[in-house]
Amino acid sequence: MPNIVFILIRRIRIPLILLIMVYAISILGFVLIPGEDDQGNVWHMGFFHAFYFVSYMGTTIGFGEIPYPFTDAQRMWSLLSIYTTVIAWLYGIGSLLALLQEPAFRTLMTEASFKRALNRINEPFYLICGYGDTGSLLVKALAEAGIRSVVVDQNQNRINSVELEDILFVVPGLCADASIPENLIRAGLKHKNCVTVIALTNSDSCNLKVAITTKLLRPGLLTIARAETHEMEANINSFGTEVVINPFDTFAGRLSLALKSPGKYLLFQWMTNVPNEELQEPTFTPKGVWILCGFGRFGKAVYMRLVAANLNVIVIEATPTETLAPADTVSGIGTEAKTLLQADILNAAGIVAATDDDANNLSILMTAKQLNPGLFVVARQNLKENDEIFSAAKPDLIMKRGSIIANKIFAIITTPLLAKFLDFASQKDNDWANELVSRICGVVSDCVPSRWQLAINNHEAPAIYLAMENNIPVPLGVFLHDPRNREESLNCVPLMLVRESETLLLPEGDELLQAGDEILFCGQSGAKLHTDWISRNHNTFNYVLTGHEYSSGVLKRMLAKQKNHHVYKA
Amino acid sequence: MNFEKVIFAFFIVLALTLNFGFFIGDIDNPAHHNVYELFAAIVVSLVATVLKAGDKTHLGAVLLATSLVADLQLLIAAIVWGIAVHVTQTGLDSGTMSAIVSLSAGALLANITSVVLLVSETLMVRR
Repeated sequence: MPNIVFILIRRIRIPLILLIMVYAISILGFVLIPGEDDQGNVWHMGFFHAFYFVSYMGTTIGFGEIPYPFTDAQRMWSLLSIYTTVIAWLYGIGSLLALLQEPAFRTLMTEASFKRALNRINEPFYLICGYGDTGSLLVKALAEAGIRSVVVDQNQNRINSVELEDILFVVPGLCADASIPENLIRAGLKHKNCVTVIALTNSDSCNLKVAITTKLLRPGLLTIARAETHEMEANINSFGTEVVINPFDTFAGRLSLALKSPGKYLLFQWMTNVPNEELQEPTFTPKGVWILCGFGRFGKAVYMRLVAANLNVIVIEATPTETLAPADTVSGIGTEAKTLLQADILNAAGIVAATDDDANNLSILMTAKQLNPGLFVVARQNLKENDEIFSAAKPDLIMKRGSIIANKIFAIITTPLLAKFLDFASQKDNDWANELVSRICGVVSDCVPSRWQLAINNHEAPAIYLAMENNIPVPLGVFLHDPRNREESLNCVPLMLVRESETLLLPEGDELLQAGDEILFCGQSGAKLHTDWISRNHNTFNYVLTGHEYSSGVLKRMLAKQKNHHVYKA
Repeated sequence: MNFEKVIFAFFIVLALTLNFGFFIGDIDNPAHHNVYELFAAIVVSLVATVLKAGDKTHLGAVLLATSLVADLQLLIAAIVWGIAVHVTQTGLDSGTMSAIVSLSAGALLANITSVVLLVSETLMVRR
């Protein structure tokens, strides 16, 4: 990229030269024209005084004729100089302003400021392509967790909204087509601090291009891509993209989970929530026949899952033949009472408004509630901008597409172990989930539980690692004591322990830790500080392990070491 | 023949010749160093700088750098002159004069570099 200052100077070269020449001639004139001092002697102005006079004359400040009143010849020269210098200045400033207003030059300036912002990032950042509903939620959640991100979007309005939104960090935004590799490089793909590329644009082919560019140019980078069709999912997966997310599948999967096993749904919601959200109450869905309005891509995915869960489903669809809806489908949009009655709404247990139009979904929801007030209503919300009206309509369950996907990605990138945990959890039954939910309920207050992971190694847990090197058995239970008072328990639940040979789900407190173990916790956000404290601070660790406190002086520690490490034995 | 090239070379060479004209003479003798010549050298050097700015080639960058050095040295020389005459009122004694002339000698070196670069670039183009 060319340097802006040089381009600026080159473009205003002529006005600059004109200004220098006008000044030079004016100054020279004042030096050469003889003046008169207060005694009437001939006096020549020096360069110093001439430059001083021309400077304030040219800028029309006008301090008067100094050091002595001018002669008529000098005044004549002043007259001439005033007009030429003022014109030269106007011409120079005018060309400069015209240049700054030029669209091409402004593009250059925004790009330069993006580049500066990018270079100023000296910590790991995420490159996010596509700043729609999902993208904006993700950027916000990442910022709250203290993680930087950079945004690329084709739409200038969205890039502007990045700057206007209330985000903790400066999020540099580049308005460019992410499917062009050069643009991705400009957006920081090759930047040493870029750790993950997330392709969230609404075009599958663009996401594919982003994923393949990343894999070729930065093979080691974690890549997450969104794909709307199963073929594209397989395609993007084929060259080693780490995570491919199908919004319809993810969304439908979550919805069917909500209907079929509420406990698991709640567990998944909690585990993939963004920080500081309010704790949702568990919802209990009634048994019976369900009505599904809309049989598009999302409706189909929901239908398949509901049928697989042995639920009775009646579909309402405006164009049943084109969408290949089941034979007993009721034809209509579902916004009128007639269609809903035809689908036997009076005897139904619940209704899912799953069209891709938010206004229609709300209309379905309100009509259905009027006909059958006891109905369990699930509404699909497509756009984030409709938040207000959806919460006013009070459906029993709102499925927000953007936030489900954003939360899932957020959880995967902030706690990689979580994806594995959720895989295991999805194979368990609802009772298992209910039990775990009530256990988590016991340790968190009214905020969603946060989750974090800890690796038992010299870097992340030096205190524990040292104890292990000295052959002192360390049970997982050390993390369950409050380091301020070990009689009280810490508000966290160890969810999973991963080691090379095995994976333990909900490990017990007496499980002995091994070097290289990775533990996934969930609990109150403050508890993370305490587990970190225990794993890093030798004294705290000794206290929670044994109940004894030791002085931490260097001398005493050295003495203790000589006495065969009795610190750890106690 | 390219008129733009003529202007370009003209200012670069003129900057050198004026600079040399000011520099030549006894280093501490004010009579040998004309104030008008210093003034002209500064003006021409400034114009040469503006002409050089914006050339994206490597040679252009070096040419601009030499010009900036010459500007800096000459402007400092002028400021020293101004201070000696108007602020401290010591006048042009031999010490001040040698300071001014040696500053202009530095600028002269920068200008020589500039001209050498210009000539060598011209020799590369066999047209």
